Amino acid sequence: MSHQSRDLAATRAHAKHTSMFLRMLVRAAVLRRGRAASALFAMVVAAAVATAMLNLYVDVQAKLQREFRNYGANIILVGKDGASLPSGTLSQVDSALAGRGIAAPFGLVVARTVDGQPIVVAGVDFDRVKQLDRWWSVSAWPATENPHFSQSQGEVGHPALVGVRALPLVSPKNQSFDLTFQGRTLHISPAGTVQTGAAEDSRIYVSLADFVSWTGVQPSTIEVAASGSPAEVAAVMNQLAQAVPAADVRPVRQIMEGEARVLGKTRATLLAAASLIILTAALCVLSTLMGWVFDRRRDFAIMKALGASERLLNGFFAAEAAALGATGALIGFLFGIGIAVWIGRANFHAPVVPRLGVLPIILAGSMAVTLISAILPISLLRRVQPALILRGE
Amino acid sequence: MFVRLVYESFRRQKRRKVLAGAAITLGVTVATAMIAVATDIGDKINRELRTIGANLVVTPQEDSLDVEIGGVNLKPPTDGAFLNEADLPKIKGTFWHNNIVGFAPILPVSAAIRHEGKAQDVTLTGTYFAKKISYGNEDFVTGAKSLYPWWKVSGAWPDDNSQDVLIGERLAVKLNQKPGDTITLSGRQIHVSGILSTGGPEDDEVVAPLSMAQQILGKPDAVKRVYVSALTKPEDAFARRDPKSLSGAIYDRWYCTPYPQAIALQLTEAISHSHAEQIRQVAQNEGAVLTRIEGLIFLITLAALFASGLAVSAAMATAIFERRAEVGLMKALGAGKLAVASVFFAEAALMALIGGAVGFGIGSALARQIGHSIFNSQISISPVLLPVILAIAVIVTFAGSAMAIRRAVSLDPVFALRGEL
Repeated sequence: MSHQSRDLAATRAHAKHTSMFLRMLVRAAVLRRGRAASALFAMVVAAAVATAMLNLYVDVQAKLQREFRNYGANIILVGKDGASLPSGTLSQVDSALAGRGIAAPFGLVVARTVDGQPIVVAGVDFDRVKQLDRWWSVSAWPATENPHFSQSQGEVGHPALVGVRALPLVSPKNQSFDLTFQGRTLHISPAGTVQTGAAEDSRIYVSLADFVSWTGVQPSTIEVAASGSPAEVAAVMNQLAQAVPAADVRPVRQIMEGEARVLGKTRATLLAAASLIILTAALCVLSTLMGWVFDRRRDFAIMKALGASERLLNGFFAAEAAALGATGALIGFLFGIGIAVWIGRANFHAPVVPRLGVLPIILAGSMAVTLISAILPISLLRRVQPALILRGE
Repeated sequence: MFVRLVYESFRRQKRRKVLAGAAITLGVTVATAMIAVATDIGDKINRELRTIGANLVVTPQEDSLDVEIGGVNLKPPTDGAFLNEADLPKIKGTFWHNNIVGFAPILPVSAAIRHEGKAQDVTLTGTYFAKKISYGNEDFVTGAKSLYPWWKVSGAWPDDNSQDVLIGERLAVKLNQKPGDTITLSGRQIHVSGILSTGGPEDDEVVAPLSMAQQILGKPDAVKRVYVSALTKPEDAFARRDPKSLSGAIYDRWYCTPYPQAIALQLTEAISHSHAEQIRQVAQNEGAVLTRIEGLIFLITLAALFASGLAVSAAMATAIFERRAEVGLMKALGAGKLAVASVFFAEAALMALIGGAVGFGIGSALARQIGHSIFNSQISISPVLLPVILAIAVIVTFAGSAMAIRRAVSLDPVFALRGEL
């Protein structure tokens, strides 16, 4: 034995036990690359699918709630006993909302046409209505109001949206026309038509500034589309009721109940689908890993024959499984976030926010599955004599 | 010999075959259940969306302008044109009658309530609550009760042929009424069967059977508007085309697609002197919501198919890898690669067929269970899908085994038999 190799033996003898443990772990992965890689691959896929499903499950509610806000208002403020709302109400509502929704004021009066026909005229903020009532089919919105501009050209008339059913009555040739309210006349030139299939079709919409200066009537209704979960919407309603004591705050039950039902059913379906998929993925990992560990019964037998204790063996396979589970979970988590973001883009045209809170669940779940799939075959093998395994029986 | 090899392999290695078969069964179960749910989810969600209320409205063609603020009509109720109540059952005779889940006519009239000696004007809306209607030999029940699920009644819903009414909750507070009271309305004594809460303008109204509103108005058979709730297909560019500009086969395709526009046209044709239109707030948005949910479930079904395919191939790969020694023996005895591979493929096909059939059965049961517990209705999968599912199972099993089989047949029998690989 040469001097050199004696040195090597000495260093190895003095090295810590852990290094041998690590060495075995690493060699196990390196020497059987194919099987280790396929086990890792199964783990990554399972973790990715689970991450994507959990992320979507958490996020889909927010996404669908946003879709439902296209139905328009879910809260309505009306003056108590049909009275108009005080003039500062809209800014009170805006500050109470603090960006959690859109509010649009509506003032309504019955005016008369030149032939004395009654017609409902509404004063609105066109920019807000455009955002709130997206289903309105409008041929052309009036230009954003500019008081100086519209006053200086009184000849042309105040721009207005005319309901499709009102149009033939007031302005069959799309010409400008007059409306009177309590003896005062407003000259109107239609900027476009509005069609909704509901009461709006019979009305004429003018800007709120024109409406107030013409009729002297303040808006009587503010429609609010508050975003968020039912609890958040209820909180907004409470705040609005406190902020605007002069108004009755009412939920639009038609929209809120329909929304709750559809969201509930969608989430339940998603949960069922997610559980099925995650279960399948977990079983796939389980069968791959169990095959892998079972396949290494020779390693197991040799270690046992060389005098490894039960505890060391269990620890070795458990550490291996945990390492595999953690690595797979981390890589899978990244892929899963990618899948969730892609689904968000493709389906909702909005990114799904990565939920880091999902990571611990995925990590724990992956490691649990890998540990089970390592411990199960080991406990089967433990009862077998190493000699029998080594003889290939 | 070939048949015998396959047969004996199944007979002697029951445990392994059961394991691989279980994986295939599970994969096919998940795939079947998800396909069944995905194909039906559109219809199910469409029905849930109908709880938001009617998406079509039929009005008289020659109707004068509505002068209505907050549900209060400021025009004399006798004004304008009316629809004919006798025409309503024809709604169920249109091409898309199966898509029409319900309809309710309304006839608002003004009535005077005597309260504490004073007369007070209120709006009384006549409608159907749960009216039994026959068209041809088909009977169905329709009305506000099913059309507006958010209407809550404390007390009882009135019968459509009775003289009972519902009073809106705000009006009831004003008049100090409760269910079971009697009110004097336009000179007649009327029994209040319940208090209605809707969150809408009805809270300030009296809601009565249609026939009572007609008597008060003095126009039997008159209906002001009909709200129709129909299952529709989300609108697309084709739906928006003007049917008058379409010709022949293209028109037929437009007419025979349940677009809101097409159903509205058929309603106009069914009811004389009427004009039907979509209520854009409901009709436009449900298309968007429906498309999103369908898209989501479709993508998730793809994920499920992928996961189950992977589970099957992982199980097959493990099963074949464990049989290296057997391959070595076969090859040592002179079997060619083709012979070995065909034994494995035959086994895989057999397992895929058995596992696929069992999985299809469990999967359909699972889909039915999901439909039952989530949507309270059937999700059925047509037996036509069985061959498709079986074919997919065989293909996935083959694809999953192919790699493992290729590796197995290229083994050197000497090493394989010595157990060194």
